[in-house]
Amino acid sequence: MFPELNNLLNTTPDRAEQGKLTLLCDAKTDGSFLVHHFLSFYLKANCKVCFVAFIQSFSHYNIVAQKLGVSLTTARERGQLVFLEGLKSSVDVFFRAQEEPHPLQFLREANAENLQPLYEFVREALKPVDNGEAAWRCPVLLVDDLSVLLSLGVGAVAVLDFIHYCRATVCCELKGNIVALVHDSGDAEDEENDILLNGLSHQSHLILRAEGLATGFCRDVHGQLRILWRRPSQLTAQRDRSLTYQYKIQDKSVSFFAKGMSPAVL
Amino acid sequence: MPRPFHLEGAGQRALTPSESVRRGSGRELEMLESLLALGGLVLLRDSVEWEGRSLLKALIKKSAVCGEQVHILGCEVSEEEFREGFDSSINSRLVYHDLFRDPLNWSKTAEALPGGPLGALRAMCRRTNPGPVTIALDSLSWLLLHLPCTTLCQTLHALSHQDSRPGDSSPVEQVHVLGLLHEELHGPGPVGALSSLAQTEVTLSGTMGQASAHILYRRPQQRPTHQTQWFSILPDFSLDLQGGPRLESQPLPDPHTPPVDPTTHLTFNLHLSKKEKEAKDSLTLPFQFSSEKQQALLCPGPGQATSHIFYEPDAYDDLDQEDPDDDLDV
Repeated sequence: MFPELNNLLNTTPDRAEQGKLTLLCDAKTDGSFLVHHFLSFYLKANCKVCFVAFIQSFSHYNIVAQKLGVSLTTARERGQLVFLEGLKSSVDVFFRAQEEPHPLQFLREANAENLQPLYEFVREALKPVDNGEAAWRCPVLLVDDLSVLLSLGVGAVAVLDFIHYCRATVCCELKGNIVALVHDSGDAEDEENDILLNGLSHQSHLILRAEGLATGFCRDVHGQLRILWRRPSQLTAQRDRSLTYQYKIQDKSVSFFAKGMSPAVL
Repeated sequence: MPRPFHLEGAGQRALTPSESVRRGSGRELEMLESLLALGGLVLLRDSVEWEGRSLLKALIKKSAVCGEQVHILGCEVSEEEFREGFDSSINSRLVYHDLFRDPLNWSKTAEALPGGPLGALRAMCRRTNPGPVTIALDSLSWLLLHLPCTTLCQTLHALSHQDSRPGDSSPVEQVHVLGLLHEELHGPGPVGALSSLAQTEVTLSGTMGQASAHILYRRPQQRPTHQTQWFSILPDFSLDLQGGPRLESQPLPDPHTPPVDPTTHLTFNLHLSKKEKEAKDSLTLPFQFSSEKQQALLCPGPGQATSHIFYEPDAYDDLDQEDPDDDLDV
């Protein structure tokens, strides 16, 4: 969790909002630091987190999370974190009996119609446990990332349906949050990815967009972060707000500054 | 254009269609009323930056306040979220058909609407109670992603042209269909097809934090008319019309400083006097072919019939009278 990003988003682990869909997208740069931020943020906020991770292994996320002050191993043992390691369990799909449903069942089918098994896995992971104690604050689904599902042969509409059902269950029914990362292909004309990105943008409450600098790579400024608040609460009827900051990623933190105000150039 | 006929003694005359259009746009018609005036399909085109759901809710509130029953096919937001912001009198007039919770029947329970999205849409075509009705589709984009475009267009056409039952003597009740479309999700083909079905089309955009609606009216047998309206939507979903975007951040040019002439205060002369200009205009360019030049070439002047070459050889010149090309066997 990066304290400076919390300040920009005007939130703390104690005051985290509920029932929101946050879309992370990156264009010409790597936006995974946002995923690490939200993972450690929600674990610190005492939320039950279901992390569907397709990109990296568990140990990778664990190492980064430890730099941010959270231990994923401990969280998993406590039952706070449900981790679906895509890289490992994708191999399991081929070595188990076909009758048993597996969240990554779509890898096995020739025409992956929908992601219902994955949705069932998420719902099962986040459903409230009936043992009388309200252990965790609210359920959170974190996906890293959705664009890889398109590469695996799932259609954009199927991915949108998966997020739709997750929203209905996690955000509306369980009053939890969803955070998902989608890559923006930018100039490469990827129609399916554009449908996915735009479709999710319309459903999101908050869009964080990490962009590389237009002028290219720079040692002191790694990129630009655009924050767009959508669908504000009707009571305030505030116009959608948008902010832009530049950032530099350091070993254990990310520093944000206004455009052109990097400490290196001042 | 047909001439208006005069009603003697009435002091008025009937308006021709084009005159009534002009008269209508001159009046201060409230934007929501004018959007709902034509009936048929009202297409709201929005984008990520300028969302259209609040305008859709404002139109729904207007219809409900006018006493119409409003049916909403909700695909994108939950019923609770959609009803937020409406007071109880309006909420009692809204019927929410929930396609959000389980549109594809994944839960395999009886809760899902029968027939899936298409069945739910077709069910709205078969309404039983008379009276004016407004049908809101939130959103057409969701339906377009899950149904074939042709099926959706046919169903929309049937929806917006519902006639009274045959044999019924009551006049055709006006049906309003409000459709929300997210422009970036679809290609020009489906968007064009839906646009051609619409009687009124609203494209939302804006600048500098101020939303604007570009409205296209397609009145029957008339040329389409355009109108651009700046607006903002208040928390109770009423409309606040604005004059335009606030120009505070734009630096205005100072009207008192005259434009600077860069040709003053130069060390060289850039201007031509009148005589110089005339001489310049009357000059013929060297490679321009005019009739004088043609004459000069065709008829050489006197004294120029033959050309002479005068050659003074130097002391060391070797004058060889032989032709150097003689030995060529050509």
